[in-house]
Amino acid sequence: MPPKPCPLREAIAAAGAAAGRLYGVRGTTELAGLAHGSSLGGRLEELRGRSVLLVVQDPAHAALALLELDGVAGRLVLCPVDLPPEQLPAVARSAACDVAVVDSAERLAGVDGIERCVTVGPELEPAAVGRAGSHDTEWILLTSGTSGVPQLVRHDLATLTHALADARRGAAPIVWGTFYDVRRYGGLQILLRALLGGSLVPAAPGEAVPAFLERARAARVTHVSGTPSHWRKVLMSGAAAAIAPHYVRLSGEIADQAVLDALRATYPGAIIVHAFASTEAGVAFEVRDGRAGFPAALLDAPGAGVRLTVRDGTLRVRSAGNANGYLGGNSAAFPRGPDGAIDTGDLIEQRSGRCYFLGRRGGVINVGGLKVYPEEIEAVINAHPWVRMSLVRSRRSPITGAVVIADVVLADGEPGGAPPSPEELTRELLKGCRRSLAAHKVPATIRVVPGLEVSASGKLVRPNA
Amino acid sequence: MRRGGPVTNEQTGTVRATRVSGVLVRSAIQSLFEQVAAEQERQLAALTDDTRLIDCGLDSLSFAIIVARLEDRLGVDPFSSAETTDFPVTFGDFVRLYEGIAT
Repeated sequence: MPPKPCPLREAIAAAGAAAGRLYGVRGTTELAGLAHGSSLGGRLEELRGRSVLLVVQDPAHAALALLELDGVAGRLVLCPVDLPPEQLPAVARSAACDVAVVDSAERLAGVDGIERCVTVGPELEPAAVGRAGSHDTEWILLTSGTSGVPQLVRHDLATLTHALADARRGAAPIVWGTFYDVRRYGGLQILLRALLGGSLVPAAPGEAVPAFLERARAARVTHVSGTPSHWRKVLMSGAAAAIAPHYVRLSGEIADQAVLDALRATYPGAIIVHAFASTEAGVAFEVRDGRAGFPAALLDAPGAGVRLTVRDGTLRVRSAGNANGYLGGNSAAFPRGPDGAIDTGDLIEQRSGRCYFLGRRGGVINVGGLKVYPEEIEAVINAHPWVRMSLVRSRRSPITGAVVIADVVLADGEPGGAPPSPEELTRELLKGCRRSLAAHKVPATIRVVPGLEVSASGKLVRPNA
Repeated sequence: MRRGGPVTNEQTGTVRATRVSGVLVRSAIQSLFEQVAAEQERQLAALTDDTRLIDCGLDSLSFAIIVARLEDRLGVDPFSSAETTDFPVTFGDFVRLYEGIAT
């Protein structure tokens, strides 16, 4: 077993003056201040050993609180910013939360069982920093379950930092920017990666892309992460040139060739990395060759710290980064197979030595008895130079049960020349789909729409197929 | 943008845009049959009211596409309407199904 990681506050304090900064929308925090300050108004000791519900809007404030709470809280429940308030009571009950850290006590309306409520401040105020870490804090991360009710996924600092062995303080300062919510798995990975090795600029809820890019530019961001949908928004924002990152990272959705190529063209000097991770499985791999999919050689590689296999069509991941299970009544639903690997539910197809994601096992559309994965069609549509992004979904059909239809968003001005009319574009897209897809996968109708809904976690909102 | 769904003008009491659509609906359907047949590389039979759909050269995927596009164009899907109990058998049935719901 690797040595137990030391609590976050101590790890960051150990860096002394070399510790980085946390860039919030309302100000910048020097993390070196954690050695002799607190954002919890000196009330950290009241939270020791307790099950803490963290409900804070501002990601920078939430990040400070969780840096302080690691090693102190018995259990730390990270509520993402888009958690519907009506789900909060059930989350608090399932995790037996008895204290809460909030930015406003109003957030706890309807939540029972909370004995104490600590309000997080926007700054580190001088405070006696109590005893060192005393608990192996259990971190509870919420997944956006497709059924609408979030799963409570159990992690600890060792599982969360398993993939971060390379996140060391280097010679040049690293400044991460992220579109992710730092309270979800993908964002928390970036938060830990950033703060154990440098600084972080987290996007704020509802912050417009150009405004975030401007903050990132001002902070001299070097590394930026987001989902492919986040990156398409950047590419469509007209403000992509505000930043010049050395490192661009995509995860959380399938990175198709079109978005990888567009990022390569926009940031010619950057390393473009796409990674796969899930809250349950942890980080599975990262790919740096700029091509969609991942090398089949990563499957069943002997001696790898992360063991990847494909069984029954889906990717399985076994590593020390796997979550420890689900909390509460749903623990039997945790997707760990008899071999100890986590079933990601993501379908893989192998072609010429490369593995490609087809989509989610649950996301399949049935057209007259034939299976269709929306992502496969979106990849074809997105390859058109005038398309920025697309959403393929199911429409009920009296004839075949379902047909697939597509909504597409136009790219803005990049390919040169006048944009095609919606009718021309639709015709070209249908022609392209017919060329490369089986007939039942070709959308019955294609609409040009001004935009597509992207969730707070940065993924295309897919209506339940 | 031409939309042929049931549009009423309450003030003047005139004109559902589709009152003239006896012709419009039929020609829209006719041209969609031709368009989808071409896309699906299928040989379309000459369409008369008596042409049986099963014999017109289109498969069920083609019909599913036609119904989806008519829903976009006319704003209606007569197949999901409560009044529709029988599926059309001939091309004439198919056209009347749409005309019936539009007028």
